[in-house]
Amino acid sequence: MAFTLPELPYAYDALGPYMSKETLEFHHDKHHQAYVTKANELIAGTGLENLSLEEAMVAAFKDKSKAGLFNQLGQHFNHIHFWHWMKKGGGGNKLPGKLEAQITKDLEGFEGFKKKFIEAGTTQFGSGWAWLAMDNASGKLEIVKTPNGENPVVLGKTALLGVDVWEHSYYIDYRNARPKYLEAFVDSLINWDYVAELYEKGPMKIAA
Amino acid sequence: MNSLISKRTFLSYLAATPLVIGALQFISPVKFAHAAADAPKTSGPFTLPKLPYATNALEKAIDAQTMEIHHGKHHQAYVDKLNEEVAKDPALKGKMLDEIIGEVSKYPAAVRNNAGGHWNHSFFWNLMTPEPTTMSDELKQAIEDSYGTVEEFKKQFEEAGTKQFGSGWVWLVVTSEITVEIVTTPNQDNPLMDVVELGGTPILGNDVWEHAYYLRYFNKRADYLKSWWNVVNWKVVSENYAKAKL
Ligand SMILES: [Fe+2]
Ligand SMILES: [Fe+2]
Ligand SMILES: [Fe+2]
Repeated sequence: MAFTLPELPYAYDALGPYMSKETLEFHHDKHHQAYVTKANELIAGTGLENLSLEEAMVAAFKDKSKAGLFNQLGQHFNHIHFWHWMKKGGGGNKLPGKLEAQITKDLEGFEGFKKKFIEAGTTQFGSGWAWLAMDNASGKLEIVKTPNGENPVVLGKTALLGVDVWEHSYYIDYRNARPKYLEAFVDSLINWDYVAELYEKGPMKIAA
Repeated sequence: MNSLISKRTFLSYLAATPLVIGALQFISPVKFAHAAADAPKTSGPFTLPKLPYATNALEKAIDAQTMEIHHGKHHQAYVDKLNEEVAKDPALKGKMLDEIIGEVSKYPAAVRNNAGGHWNHSFFWNLMTPEPTTMSDELKQAIEDSYGTVEEFKKQFEEAGTKQFGSGWVWLVVTSEITVEIVTTPNQDNPLMDVVELGGTPILGNDVWEHAYYLRYFNKRADYLKSWWNVVNWKVVSENYAKAKL
C-alpha cells in the first residue's frame, strides 16, 4: 500500500509566531511530501511493500543495503508524529498527571526534562532529532538524540515526543539560533495531550 | 582585548602595518586574521578568516544575508567551539589545523565536528569568486579522464550533493592514484580525516547543509548546486589540483 502525506492537523498559520505559515508550507508540503514520494519509489520491489510503515522502517534500518529507503521511511514516520506533537497554544509546564509523575521521577521534573531536551536538540550535530522516549524494557523515560531520519523506535524504544532539528525546521524563523527555536517549541508548541496519549499506549514494539 | 597591555600590543601592530586596517574587525590582540586559504596551516587559538570578497559579491548564486550568517555565525561558531576544545586539551596545543584533521580519531567528537567545520568553511570561501575564471588544461584533462566531459562531471557532482542525506559536503578529491573523484561526507567530515574511508585531497567542495542555501532556495538543493557553478573560482581549483597531485 502506498504511503500518503497526511494533512496538517491545524491551519498553516496556527503555530505563529513560533513556527510560521511559510515554514509549515515548505516543511509539510515540500519536505514531508518528498519523503513520502521517495519512500514509495524506493520500497517498490524490496518485498517490504506490504508491511506497515513501522515494520518496513525497522526492517530497512536493520538491512544496511536499504539505508536509502530507511532514510525516507524514518522521516515519514517522524514527520507524521511531529505535526501532532505541536498545537496552537501548546507548550508550558502543565502536563497530564501520570506523565508528569513519571517525568518527575525519571528526569528531575519538568525543568529537568526541559533542560535535557533542549540540550539534546542543541548538541545533535547536523541534521537530526531530539526525543523524549520510553525504554521498552524498563519503561523508564529518557532523552535521546538521533541523526538524520533515525528515531527511538529503531533503537528499541518508544517515541513519546520529538523535535525536528534539521535546519529546514527553523531556518526561516530563527536562522542559526537553534536553541531559541527549541525554547519556543517547549514553551509554546508542545501538544502534551498527544504525548500523554502515546504514553498511555505504552511500549511500541515493532518486530522486524 | 580589554587589558591595557593587549591593547598596546594591538596598537603597535597597527602602527607597524597600516595596510591591514581593513581586516581590523577580525584581529585578535596578538594575531592577525589569516586568509581563508591559510587556515589549515594555523594553530589554536584559531581565528575566523576574512572573506576574500564582499558578502553581496556572489549574488549570482548566494544572497548576501546567507553569506553574512554563514560566515559570521556558523563559521564563527565552529571556530569558537574548536577553541574551547583546544583550551581543554593540552594535546591540541600548537597543533596545526591540518594535523588535527589528519588524526581526528584521537579526539572527542566535538573536535571532529568543529575542526572539520573550520577547515571546510575556510576552504569553501576561497573556492568562490564573483569574477569569471577558467580551469587549467591539466585539470580539465583530469576531469575528462574520470567523467568524459566537464558537463557530465558537473551533473554527477550535483547528483551526489543532492543525494547526500541530511547535512554534509560534496567534494572533488585527488585520489592516491592521482585521479579526480567525487565523494560525499556527512556533517563536517572531510576527506582528509583519518575517520573517512573514501578519502583523498579535496580540490573543490560544496556545503550542502541547509543553512548554505535555505534562505534563497528553500527545499530545492538541486537548484542551489546548479547555480553554484556561477561563482566557482576555477583558478583556485586548478591551483588546488596542481598542488594535490605533487
Ligand atoms: Fe523536517
Ligand atoms: Fe547549522
Ligand atoms: Fe556551512
